[in-house]
Amino acid sequence: MEGIMSVRVSIPPTLRGLCGGEATVRVRPGTVAEAMQQLRERYNGVHERLCNERGEIRGSVLMFVNDEDIRFLRDQETELRPGDEVSIIPAFAGG
Amino acid sequence: MSQSHQGYMKALKCRECGREYPLAATHVCEFDFGPLEVAYDYERIRAVLNRESIASRPRSMWRYRELLPVAGEPTVGREVGYTPLIKADRLARRLGIRELWVKNDAVNYPTLSFKDRVVSVALSRSVELGFKTVACASTGNLANSVAANAAAAGLEAYVFIPSDLEQGKVVNSLVYGARVIGIRGHYDEVNRLCAEIAGKYPWAFVNVNMRPYYAEGSKSMGFEIQEQMGWRIPEHTVVCMASGSLLTKIHKSYQEFSKLGIVPNTPWKIHGAQATGCNPITLAKKAGLDFFKPQKPNTIAKSLAIGTPADGFYALKVMKETGGHGEDVTDDEIREGIRMLAECEGIFAETAGGVTVGVARKLIAQGKIPADSSAVLCITGNGLKTLDAVVGHVGETREIRPSLREFEGVLASDRPTVSA
Repeated sequence: MEGIMSVRVSIPPTLRGLCGGEATVRVRPGTVAEAMQQLRERYNGVHERLCNERGEIRGSVLMFVNDEDIRFLRDQETELRPGDEVSIIPAFAGG
Repeated sequence: MSQSHQGYMKALKCRECGREYPLAATHVCEFDFGPLEVAYDYERIRAVLNRESIASRPRSMWRYRELLPVAGEPTVGREVGYTPLIKADRLARRLGIRELWVKNDAVNYPTLSFKDRVVSVALSRSVELGFKTVACASTGNLANSVAANAAAAGLEAYVFIPSDLEQGKVVNSLVYGARVIGIRGHYDEVNRLCAEIAGKYPWAFVNVNMRPYYAEGSKSMGFEIQEQMGWRIPEHTVVCMASGSLLTKIHKSYQEFSKLGIVPNTPWKIHGAQATGCNPITLAKKAGLDFFKPQKPNTIAKSLAIGTPADGFYALKVMKETGGHGEDVTDDEIREGIRMLAECEGIFAETAGGVTVGVARKLIAQGKIPADSSAVLCITGNGLKTLDAVVGHVGETREIRPSLREFEGVLASDRPTVSA
C-alpha cells in the first residue's frame, strides 16, 4: 500500500478529527487536484473545508509541495511524484 | 463560561461563515479555515464607555479596555500605548498637504514599536487562559515585544525569526532571556514552521492560536488617533502593510467609535503602503483585483517582508470600501522617507516608517490624497532598530583634531559665503 500511496500529506490539527485522528495521510502520485479528490473520496467533509464551491482552494488555506507554496508552482495542476510531501496549513498573520 | 469571565467579549466568530466558537486559544474556523475574530457585546459597552469615562483613565492603550479582548484587568503591558500624535507642519509643507499628523509608535513602551499593543493584549489573554509559555513568528519587532513583555510577566518565551534579521532586532530579543530561534528562510517560511509547531506544543503563539485576541490590540492605535485629534476620525490615514492586519484594525477602530457615538460618523479613507520589493497587496490594489498573488520578498523594509499576507484580502476590501488607495516605494524612496521624517519632525522611524512617508508623498503628488486635505501617518517602529538599512546613506561624521582652526576650516566649507 505505502509503495503506491507514496505521497505524504500532513493534515492540520483542525482537520485531523475528520481523518481518523491522523497527522499525516498518504495518497497516490498525480496532481494536487487529484490528491484533493482522493481525500474527498476517503474522508467525509475534508474537501469542502479546503475548497470553495467552485473547487478552488480557499484563500484562507495554504498548500505546500516540498516546502514550496503551490501558487509559485502550478496551483492545483502541480505534479506530485513518489516521495513528495504536501503540507496544508491555515494562512498566517503578521509579525 | 459565565459573562463575568468573558468581560465584554461574546464569542470568537468566523469572518467568513459567522460560526461562533468559545473564547479559547484558537484562530481558524473548523469549517472553512476562515480567521476567527472576537465578537463584543456592544450594548453593554455603550453603557459604560464614553468620552468622559475614557478621559478619566490613565494614559495607556487600556483606557479603551472594554473594546479590547481580555476578560479581567490586563496583567501584561499595563503602560503600553498613548503615544504622541504630532502635528507635522514642516513635513506637511515638504509633502505639499494642508495638514499632516504623525502617530508616533516609534516611542511606544517598552520596545519602541506598535507591536507592544498587540502583545500586551495577547499575553494578558494568554495568562487568563492559563499558558506559561508564549511564542511568536516574527520579522523582528514582534519578537522584541514578546521577549520583553514575557520577561516582565514571568512567562517563558520562544521567538522564531528569519536568521538574516537586522542585528538590532536580534539583540533586542536576546537581551530579555527569550529563546531566539533563527530560521534560514523568509518570514513566510518561519510562519509556516510556527503553524506546525503551534499544532504540536501547548504554547500561546501570539500570532497563531492567539491571533484573534492579538490582532485586536492594534485597534488601540486608531482609538488614540481619534481621541488625540479631538474626538474625530481623520479624513485620510496612511498605514503600512505587512500582513495587512493593522490597516484593517485601524478601520475597525473608526467603525467602533462612530458606532458607539464616541466620534461623529464622518467619512474616512484608509490608504495602504508597501515596499515595492514586497508589494502583493498594493500590486493587487493598483490592478483592481480583490485577491493577491504571493511573492518572495526582497526589500530593506524587513518588518513588512511578508509575501503571503494573511489579511491581504481584508486589507484590499477596506481600501476599496473607504475609497483609499494602495501604493509602494523602492528602497531608495524608503530611505528618503526616513530622512524626510527625521529632518522635518525629529522622528527617526524604522524602514516601515520610510515606506509610510514615501507612499504618502506619492499619493499626495498623484492627487489621491488632495493637497487641501488632512492626513494621519501611522509610524510603527523605531529607526534605531534598523540602522543597517540607512548606514552610509545619511551623511558622514567629519573628523578633526581638537583644533579651532580645523573646525573653522570645516565651517567654511559648510558656509562658503560667511567669513569668520
